Amino acid sequence: MTSAPERTSAYLDHGATTPVMSEVVDEMLVYLRDDFANPSGVYRAARDARRAIDDARDVLGEAFGCASGEIVFTSGGTEADNLAILGIERREGGRVVVSAIEHHGVLRPAESIGATIAPVGRDGLIDLDHLAQLLDDMTDLVSVMAVNNEVGTIQPMASVIKLVNTHAPTALIHCDAVQALAFCDVKTLTRGCDLVSYSAHKIGGPKGVGALVVNDRARARLHPILRGGSQERDLRAGTENVAGIAGFAVAVRITSQRRAETVERVRALRDRFVDTLVHEIPGVHESVDRNLRHPGNAHLVFPEVTNEEFLLLLDRYGVAASAGSSCASGAIEPSHVLVAMAMSPEEARSCIRFTLGQSSSGDEIDYAIASVIAAHHQIVASDRR
Amino acid sequence: MRILVAMSGGVDSSVAAALLVDGGHEVVGATMKLWGGAGDSGCCSVADVTDARRVCDRLGIDHHVFNFTEVFNEMVVDPYVEAHRRGETPNPCVECNRHLKFDAFIARAERLGFDSVATGHHARVERDADGRSQLVRGHDRAKDQSYVLSILGSDQLDYLLLPVGTMEKSQVRAFAEQRGLITFAKPDSQDVCFIASRTKGLGRAQFLGERIDLHPARVVESASGAEHGEVAAVELVTIGQRRGLPTDSSMRPRYVIDVDVNKRVVTVGDREELMVLGLRLSNRTWVHEPRVSGTRVLAQMSAHGAARKATLDDEGLTFDEPSRKIARGQIVALYEEHCVVGSGVVC
Repeated sequence: MTSAPERTSAYLDHGATTPVMSEVVDEMLVYLRDDFANPSGVYRAARDARRAIDDARDVLGEAFGCASGEIVFTSGGTEADNLAILGIERREGGRVVVSAIEHHGVLRPAESIGATIAPVGRDGLIDLDHLAQLLDDMTDLVSVMAVNNEVGTIQPMASVIKLVNTHAPTALIHCDAVQALAFCDVKTLTRGCDLVSYSAHKIGGPKGVGALVVNDRARARLHPILRGGSQERDLRAGTENVAGIAGFAVAVRITSQRRAETVERVRALRDRFVDTLVHEIPGVHESVDRNLRHPGNAHLVFPEVTNEEFLLLLDRYGVAASAGSSCASGAIEPSHVLVAMAMSPEEARSCIRFTLGQSSSGDEIDYAIASVIAAHHQIVASDRR
Repeated sequence: MRILVAMSGGVDSSVAAALLVDGGHEVVGATMKLWGGAGDSGCCSVADVTDARRVCDRLGIDHHVFNFTEVFNEMVVDPYVEAHRRGETPNPCVECNRHLKFDAFIARAERLGFDSVATGHHARVERDADGRSQLVRGHDRAKDQSYVLSILGSDQLDYLLLPVGTMEKSQVRAFAEQRGLITFAKPDSQDVCFIASRTKGLGRAQFLGERIDLHPARVVESASGAEHGEVAAVELVTIGQRRGLPTDSSMRPRYVIDVDVNKRVVTVGDREELMVLGLRLSNRTWVHEPRVSGTRVLAQMSAHGAARKATLDDEGLTFDEPSRKIARGQIVALYEEHCVVGSGVVC
């Protein structure tokens, strides 16, 4: 086993959030310390702040494959999702269709308006045949995420879009691309979508800022859910998070520049991590086919181990990973994604998500491998006592 | 030692954790999330979890939340509802101790490599002359909780620390205040944690009414067979109950002396008719070796009730003097002096 004596921690929860890049921090400090003005003002400092937002919009438009004017800044991915689902006009008897494995940012507002849930297969991919049956002229909106946050599966967006355009040509298409931005070419992946959600903190940007791309077709049918000032083309009231938006743009620019290199490097680390654990620990396996996942996701089943306990042991080794989502009290809830994939409750309770990111390194992965093996040994040994 | 403290968010478990930290131990706090239903107001509510976490922050120790909702539903809530359906009066707090706090929780602590677990119960674990663990009443007799722990065996007691068992409740609160723990003035929990308190009886009626069919029953005088009217739900009536019954013409206080769910009959009578000479016990547990028939014990029939002298027999026990009848499903804790020797469920 590889030893890494100097290391005492490994961060493998980039799917939850990422460390903020130092370039991002530097950029944000300018707008926190110096150019702090409200961009709605009529004086020079306000115009400087406004320029920062407009520049950021250009950067995002270039990276996302849309016009700058189509970007609506929000407080994050969840607000972007809520705006898309709740802000869209619905006809009398019109339907909203969302996949069963959406992030709660989509699923909860969708449930609140009685949306139809489109099932997924055991492979973690949306069931296209079933989706086709749910679409017709009364479909107002279809929402399918680009990359699942838990098992990491990249959804067949091109096929989804083709289906919607065929069976429900008047429906708008929303895509939650929050998890896709770090590793995927979102320009290609989301081509043909009317609404796309993004978040800064999954790619080395700050928490509390995100964006919803709204094309002209969607703009005509979208209404704000936060009302007040006329910011963001009247679609999102509230003084802009100037520093956050400026930081978001830097994170997007650097992520885009480094993406090809990051994808190859992280994929190699992820494969080493998974292959070693599968080889070293009897019974450990991947929950879905690796080729369907994004390169930073390792979602593993540890048979007969309860993930809640395993995560606490890993925490003792300084290894940060996750499973499912947390309820209001902080307890881990059974994952709706794994349930939707028809996994048994026992198997779902044995799953752990490890997510790598731009900052992941070789010695960090070696430390994580050694720690996971040691923690697993401890938990199995105590069960045999 | 590495010690995992079960923290409810109340003052007793807060102080238990603080005492162990002050004693130089490596302490981690954990709150069990047991119930996620609409009555999320009891000992595992979000506010209580927050209190436990803030106490741990104050003590400089880690705090975790364990999601035990599935096992709690299976081992406590479902049996509670089923027992009411059969016309029994279950004790869910004891069953929670039996299956959650001292089974699932200890098992997890062992797997996570802890040397001991601790709780904030007012009772003591002491060693006898042979070095065996004994469960002894708490120092504060008014707050003594050895009754609800009477189902524990020596294996569990060996692993258990009860740091506040040697203190008066007032000392516990004073210590908490002096230590800066925000829980120092929190009131003691009383109700069944998974039933929203609201009006006490109403909460239970509503909770059960949503889960089982409730049936009206005739109320019959034991001696004369005279009928006094009806109660709305036979499943909610318990032995010894006086309130909520139709009054008879004599205006004498009537007590429930028998409940027959199948025939839907509640039998009432004078207080004297409640007195019995003995009890049948099932599910008997022993801290150490089983006590044989003929052993003299003190039997306690409720959390803070009086302990009655009795002699064990093959079926259960016989009281020295007639004692009030106890509803089926209730726990009886068996003591020798101040020391718990075992328990049983009235059947």
